[in-house]
Amino acid sequence: MLPWAQRVLVEERGWLTREQFTEYLAFGQLLPGPNICNLAIMVGDRWFGWRGSLAALGGMLGMPMVVVLGLALLYGQVADDPVVRRALGGMGAVAGGMIMATALKLAMAQRKRWRWLIFGVLAFIGVGLLHLKLLWVVAGLAPIATLMAWLALRRANGVSSAATGADSSSGPGQTRGPRP
Amino acid sequence: MTQTEALDLFLRFASLSLLAVGGALGTAPEMRRFLVDERHWISGVQFTDSIAIAQAAPGPNILFVTLLGWQAGGALGAFAATAGLMLPSSVVTWSAWRWKRASEDAPLVAAIRLGLSPLAIGLTASAGWVVAAGSNHDDLRMWALTLVTVVIVATTRLNMLWLIGAGALLGAIGWVG
Repeated sequence: MLPWAQRVLVEERGWLTREQFTEYLAFGQLLPGPNICNLAIMVGDRWFGWRGSLAALGGMLGMPMVVVLGLALLYGQVADDPVVRRALGGMGAVAGGMIMATALKLAMAQRKRWRWLIFGVLAFIGVGLLHLKLLWVVAGLAPIATLMAWLALRRANGVSSAATGADSSSGPGQTRGPRP
Repeated sequence: MTQTEALDLFLRFASLSLLAVGGALGTAPEMRRFLVDERHWISGVQFTDSIAIAQAAPGPNILFVTLLGWQAGGALGAFAATAGLMLPSSVVTWSAWRWKRASEDAPLVAAIRLGLSPLAIGLTASAGWVVAAGSNHDDLRMWALTLVTVVIVATTRLNMLWLIGAGALLGAIGWVG
């Protein structure tokens, strides 16, 4: 889905530059909700206001939803067939692997900041293995992780004059707290 | 599905929407708990099947939510689940986006990105684990298939539809499952 969105938005329509696309995507990932839908909301709003957001969301979900519901109807007809049952079992084993591999790839992209992955490991143990409620895991880990990141970034910006990462414009000496 | 049940589904998914850090899949384990264990609207098998089908279908994988809602309560369930999961997070995204455009490069944004990315990774891994465990049980061949998939997806750029197809084929001929 993402490579296709990149091709249409950046290369075909020129609605976003490559840099803008990456930036929008990163911001969409910060927020709750499906990344690709968040991207659609932002691009739609950038060009056509809130109506654009609605149109982008509807356009992206409409046709695939019809296809998926068609598959659901088909599934209802054949789900008890033993061969279909085993085929779906095989698909489930693969789908689980695909999702875990996606997480693995994202983790590899974070290898320069591997210490932070401890929060990922804790989330996996809590939700995946111990079946704790998602609310407790997110409410427990997210504020700690964000606070530690905020302190780390502030210290990095304060100690060296070279600002870290993409945050290059906030130089030393600028002590700015989180805005309301 | 009655209208009260649909409202129940909508409200529960709406509360999950705001916890969907780094994507909707991270909330899948919690959806399973609600739909399968608490309400008994669908079976564990239907849950796993829905995610597998959504992974194989075109379009955003968020549509697994539509499928789960459909299994739980037909068209009404599909609408309640999809709208519930989409609405709160979309409103937050739209508002945050407006705020960001007004105040570029806030330190808080950088901190949230650094802190929450690992959390999103862990939650995604949990979803994969829950799907694989629901499908594989104690079958070593199934776990081998999952492991091979992880390695192939992590190290190659092979179109993932081939893998889903291969899984279906291996299951159909009785090698796994």
